[in-house]
Amino acid sequence: MIYFDNAATTMKKPPQVVQAVTEALCSMGNSGRGSHDASLDASRTVFDTRVKLAELFNAENPSQIAFAANATEALNIAIKGILSSGDHVITTALEHNSVLRPLYEMEERGVELTIIPADSRGNIDYDELEKCMKADTKAIVCTHASNLTGNLVDIARVGGIAAAHNVLFVVDASQTAGVFPVDVQEMNIDILCFTGHKSLMGPQGTGGMYVREGTAVRPLLSGGSGVQTYSRRHPEQMPTALEAGTLNAHGIAGLGAAVQYIRDTGIDVIRKKEQELMCAFYEEVRVIPGIRIYGDFAAKERAPIVSLNIRDYESAAVSDALAQDYGIYTRSGGHCAPLMHQALGTVGQGAVRFSFSHYNTMEEVCLAVSALKELAESEETEEINE
Amino acid sequence: MIRKELKLVITFHTTADAMAMEKVCKENAAEGRLIPVPRSITAGCGLAWCSRTESRGALMDLMQRNGIRHQGMQECMV
Repeated sequence: MIYFDNAATTMKKPPQVVQAVTEALCSMGNSGRGSHDASLDASRTVFDTRVKLAELFNAENPSQIAFAANATEALNIAIKGILSSGDHVITTALEHNSVLRPLYEMEERGVELTIIPADSRGNIDYDELEKCMKADTKAIVCTHASNLTGNLVDIARVGGIAAAHNVLFVVDASQTAGVFPVDVQEMNIDILCFTGHKSLMGPQGTGGMYVREGTAVRPLLSGGSGVQTYSRRHPEQMPTALEAGTLNAHGIAGLGAAVQYIRDTGIDVIRKKEQELMCAFYEEVRVIPGIRIYGDFAAKERAPIVSLNIRDYESAAVSDALAQDYGIYTRSGGHCAPLMHQALGTVGQGAVRFSFSHYNTMEEVCLAVSALKELAESEETEEINE
Repeated sequence: MIRKELKLVITFHTTADAMAMEKVCKENAAEGRLIPVPRSITAGCGLAWCSRTESRGALMDLMQRNGIRHQGMQECMV
């Protein structure tokens, strides 16, 4: 089996992650719920992961990192926690439904939403984004990289626009955290949402958000906190403010080990390997007759994603043939990115997405290229059983 | 048997702050340990840093230098 669906989740995890989760499952009490060693060990592990993530993103301090189940939860907390009726918010057509749907929900509650369109290569116009700023603009919410095309958004530039207009800047780093450097101070990011199970290589069910100190976010949930039991209100201090209920400390133990692995290996080393695999794949595939590739490959850097179609073949059928006949696993369909597909003109067909991990090899890339050549040469047939 | 003696107890708003305190104290070989917050300070739950009363100055300095937020600091029978 060859796994090229790393933008959905990285399947191969560093062995340290597996070991950390296993050890945690065998030893941990409930983080923040006691002073005995089983509980304290869980609390220490959770805090240690906070510290590592704070260092990875250059947060002011570890308390500004709150854990969540995934990027979707973090984005819901951010979007619903900062916007109110009467606010104006700007986003882009590159977004995943984890950004769009909470924003549409807020639109129904009286928030005005502006969506910056993407061109046919999947890029936005930054000048147009700045022109959309209004007196009542509260925030810009945007992804760091399209999960469909792999195009990067220049978040340092958008952060500069947000800072110049004194609006909040919320970034969805689902496709980039752990592969591309993200510096929340340099990039003027107020809230950074990330998932743990993609390029950070941690377990599913982990993720979280950085929230700039002093940024007011209404919590989505309230409940158990391990502190201030007799107060009727959930604690207001970060990170507890955004972490009601028992944390996924077993998963967070794995996430901490994953971040440590990234540090030890080197984020630049990981990115370089993934870019090499992606570029080699792109260069071979782009010349295959009948294959159409989406996104901007002239950009200096991009997330390790290549989405394509073969002629007018249904993307689901191509992806299924790759899996069944070649053992190559990809993702087909809409990828939860409806506006991006509209911009690319692929709403009906969808696209076959290849996404790379540094654990993939050049040999696997060659096998995938060969498979695509065969499929592109073959005719799509329909068998009718009578 | 439960023995009580006069101790310095530092409380925190969040578990993360308590864990930050423990980490800094360990790194600086500062004396003390995390305990459940004593009832005499606040009813409920949560963690507090417990140390000898004479450590007050050193701990305050350590917290200030490392940006550790705390809720309160008092001496009580623990």
